[in-house]
Amino acid sequence: MTAHSKFTVAYTVHKLTDYSPAALGKAAIECVSACSSEASAVRNEADLKAFRDRWLARKHGILTQINDLWLKGAPKESKREAGIRVNELKVRIQELVDGAHVSAVQPEIAVDRVDLSLPGIHRPIGAEHPVLRASREMCAVFQRMGYSVAEGPVVETDYYNFEALNFPPNHPARDTQDTLFIAGQESKPQREKLLLRTHTSPVQIRTMERLRPPIRIVIPGVVHRNDPPDASHSPMFHQIEGLAVDTNITFGDLKGTLDYAMKDFFGSSVKTSFRPSFFPFTEPSAELYISCFICGGTGKRGSDPCRPCKQTGWIEILGCGMVDPNVFEFVKDNGYDPKKVSGFAWGMGADRVALLKYGVDDLQLFFHGDVRFLAQWA
Amino acid sequence: MKLSAQWIRDFVDVPVDDRRLAEALSGVGIAVEGIGGSGKDTVFEMEIGTNRPDAMNHYGVAREAAAIYDVGLKPLSALSHQLSAKAPQDAPFHITVEEPQLCPRFSACVIKNVKIKPAPEKIAHRLQLLDQRPISNAVDATNYVLWEMGKPTHVFDLDLLEGGRLLIRKAIQGEKLKTLDGVERTLSSEDLVVADAKKPVGLAGVMGGYDTMITDKTRNVLIESAWWDPLTVRKTSRRHGIHTDASHRFERGADFESTVLSCDLVARLILDSGGGELSGDVVDVVSRKLDQAPIVLRISEVRRILGEKLTGGHVFRILKKLGFNLIPEGEEDAEFRVQIPSWRLDVEREIDLIEEIARLHGYDKFENTLPSFSGAVVELPNAAVDKAFRTRALALGYNEAVSLTFISNADAERFSSASVLELENPLSEEARVMRTSMAPGMLDMIAWNLNRGVEEVRLFETGRIYEMRDKERIEPERACLGTTMAALKRWLPAAAMLDISKGEGAGTAEALRAFKGDVESLLAVFECAEIRFDRETQEYFHRGRSARALANGAVVAQFGQVAESVRADRKLRQEVFLAELDLDRLHKLGARKVKIAVLPKYPPVERDFSFIFADEVDFGRIEQALSGLQLQELRAFAPVEIFRGAAIGSGKYSILLRVRLQSDEGTLRDQQIAAWSEQIVKALQKLGGVQRA
Repeated sequence: MTAHSKFTVAYTVHKLTDYSPAALGKAAIECVSACSSEASAVRNEADLKAFRDRWLARKHGILTQINDLWLKGAPKESKREAGIRVNELKVRIQELVDGAHVSAVQPEIAVDRVDLSLPGIHRPIGAEHPVLRASREMCAVFQRMGYSVAEGPVVETDYYNFEALNFPPNHPARDTQDTLFIAGQESKPQREKLLLRTHTSPVQIRTMERLRPPIRIVIPGVVHRNDPPDASHSPMFHQIEGLAVDTNITFGDLKGTLDYAMKDFFGSSVKTSFRPSFFPFTEPSAELYISCFICGGTGKRGSDPCRPCKQTGWIEILGCGMVDPNVFEFVKDNGYDPKKVSGFAWGMGADRVALLKYGVDDLQLFFHGDVRFLAQWA
Repeated sequence: MKLSAQWIRDFVDVPVDDRRLAEALSGVGIAVEGIGGSGKDTVFEMEIGTNRPDAMNHYGVAREAAAIYDVGLKPLSALSHQLSAKAPQDAPFHITVEEPQLCPRFSACVIKNVKIKPAPEKIAHRLQLLDQRPISNAVDATNYVLWEMGKPTHVFDLDLLEGGRLLIRKAIQGEKLKTLDGVERTLSSEDLVVADAKKPVGLAGVMGGYDTMITDKTRNVLIESAWWDPLTVRKTSRRHGIHTDASHRFERGADFESTVLSCDLVARLILDSGGGELSGDVVDVVSRKLDQAPIVLRISEVRRILGEKLTGGHVFRILKKLGFNLIPEGEEDAEFRVQIPSWRLDVEREIDLIEEIARLHGYDKFENTLPSFSGAVVELPNAAVDKAFRTRALALGYNEAVSLTFISNADAERFSSASVLELENPLSEEARVMRTSMAPGMLDMIAWNLNRGVEEVRLFETGRIYEMRDKERIEPERACLGTTMAALKRWLPAAAMLDISKGEGAGTAEALRAFKGDVESLLAVFECAEIRFDRETQEYFHRGRSARALANGAVVAQFGQVAESVRADRKLRQEVFLAELDLDRLHKLGARKVKIAVLPKYPPVERDFSFIFADEVDFGRIEQALSGLQLQELRAFAPVEIFRGAAIGSGKYSILLRVRLQSDEGTLRDQQIAAWSEQIVKALQKLGGVQRA
């Protein structure tokens, strides 16, 4: 069976008598459309070969025939015009032949059928840890706003963890940070005593000691507190913190920046609300609430109460504020004169953000390394 | 902390219901976290910041409400009526303050012929709403006043005070005082006490003495209301482990001007319920005035920090409502001299006033803006290579894990020789030390999985370990991989299997080789010309099934099967494999640089060589021997099959090597190939290898 035998009226090349542009054009269109319909009728490899030979074979292929019949037979005054036409035609035919392929309707396939309703074979793919993933995503939000990532030690001195952040020795505000202390520090002066940092804020001071303003930093890291483990507490957890200092930073900038960041991270429909709070290292201080992204701020999920927002429609997400001038006093010599610069800082728990974002109900799940739990993020 | 909504409304007429009032208070930072009860018994669950002791009571919250709604606040003095001494003052009570710095003000008054009995129903009910246990009319009076207006006071049984005088002094080291909670305490010379002529009768600002407390038999009462130095109260409270409602307020700063008023209020309540008469006026010993200097507030500074064009008039109205007194200075309200009310010890600086303005203006009313920035963005030096490492570990099928940073002393000793950082107040004995190795945490996580029937475990963790070195703390960065035999065997590609001998040992060898491949893939993230392996791993690894990797001579990793002893101790129900990578050293190598080789023009030729070697001749030596030929055309060689078994004889193995020869100059000719093959055979024979047919 040859390819063209299937066609009702197979295309054949005729000698041309009329070499007017219109007649040449008509003949060319006829030829191309014939080739095109034959191309789409190719059903198997044998068809394909026959089709290719019929059009391109050197000896009796249609293109060769066109060359012989149209070009060689052309009157002298039409030779040029006919040459251009034939060349265009050759290119077009070549394209059609090259583009021809065996079309999918092949009855033979049914014989060699693989059961693809069987499950695919899955190579193991590891999953990023949900807390670190949330933390990295949040960092990325701020990196897009021109923030650089900064880090610092986990074992800190009293000075960086408390004093330089405006927690004077013996200040009641220290009670709110159940601190784990390193043993054997009795002989050291208070500010040199080692402890496990209770927040990532010491990195603010360390960075301001190192870099002059303006700065924009985002600080991810591990922190510790003397909290026995339960569904919402862990002695080790993760914070993400930010700091921006420049000559022109205002409370409005703090609000605008965090509003933008929350929309970027939780979704553009999230609304923000700021309420006054107290932190020794910021003033004014605020707590940021976002409209509950689970219930959409309604406080309800269907007819059930929304648990994550305690039916209020709002979720407390982070603490923030304008950097307290007392904090700048500790790094004043490096260009942080509180009369000239201002800044804002914010900090949040990455673990809590991950709990909320992914709907996990027990913080401890993050620290067991249970493959069944972790693989859900793959 | 609980407060009664109705009690707040005693002082202010708020035009909204309790729920709206709660929301409005939260909006200015006097956070109502929850609402309980209903009607007149509605209770607010409050969360008041440590800087606002003035708002830890009903009157203080009423003051905030009055400011929010711009309505009047009833004066407290109205409650005390006009008390006047009715009984003649028989013997004036002497108060001596030896420590004027620590007790700048001490007020007291005496009520005689009181009948001690339960407090009136209204008082008791209100205290119960706040979870306070009613005790007696006199004691409840002090408690009521504390919750009403925030000033802690104390009542003594006057007749149990010896010598007719009170002395405010430092305790004598070792002196004993039995406090109200019935505990006998040994005092330090740092403690400040209220004492009578013979003995301490109260721990200043913290708790009164047991022996002088009000009892059913009490007839005469002395009311004390003092202002104590916050730091002294805090230290004493911590030293003795007593935290009371009084110490909570004193250590945050009480209202200096309310000592007399609070004495009056307590006296009024006692007189109302227990009868009796006031003996003499309130004695008010002021040994030192608190320094509350006026603050200069500049509108320009308000705008610089808050970014909103607030006017002088606006600022004036807000602060005035909170009890601040403002005197305009300079032109057009550009500056004010602000006098601070005595109950606001937290306001000391201009920024504190700016916070008050922002708070009452309403945070949400400030326009959201985004600042411009002229600084540079700097990536952490290892950010890119760390990401490449993590991505590759994930692609190899390892889940990223996080374990706690604490380990036990025993694990610290077993897994590291570093000197440790120990915690002074650990959560438990098993969590006493900061981890000096990632291995224990990883093993614990693997055990967690195995104990729950999860057999195929692949985990990795990157993080810091904590060591003391040369008296300095350091936090080296490490990565740790952990996996199980089941996980490794599950993904052994059949085509990559070398060892065709059947037997358990062969499977283990292949699994270990798969793990080595993972480690090598991760090491390949970093730039190193040469990785060498030796067997000098730590003791917690299996002797024969572990290796160290050295990059340019420095140890960068150790990996392999964990020792049987470790497995037994942790009851691991499967062979477990660990790899520990020294990220600090690897970071120094930097990220691998891509090098492009020209693709060969001429076809390669492959030749197989089958040899039998003694077990001592490991593949490393074969590798060395062939590399030693320095044949440029010897492009690659790899083991294709290994066999051990009876057919070969013990202590020996057979290996099929596939060698690829290729030239850049032209297609290889038969005699060239023959010549090189001969060199290869000779090199292998030199190792003691016997070529097989």
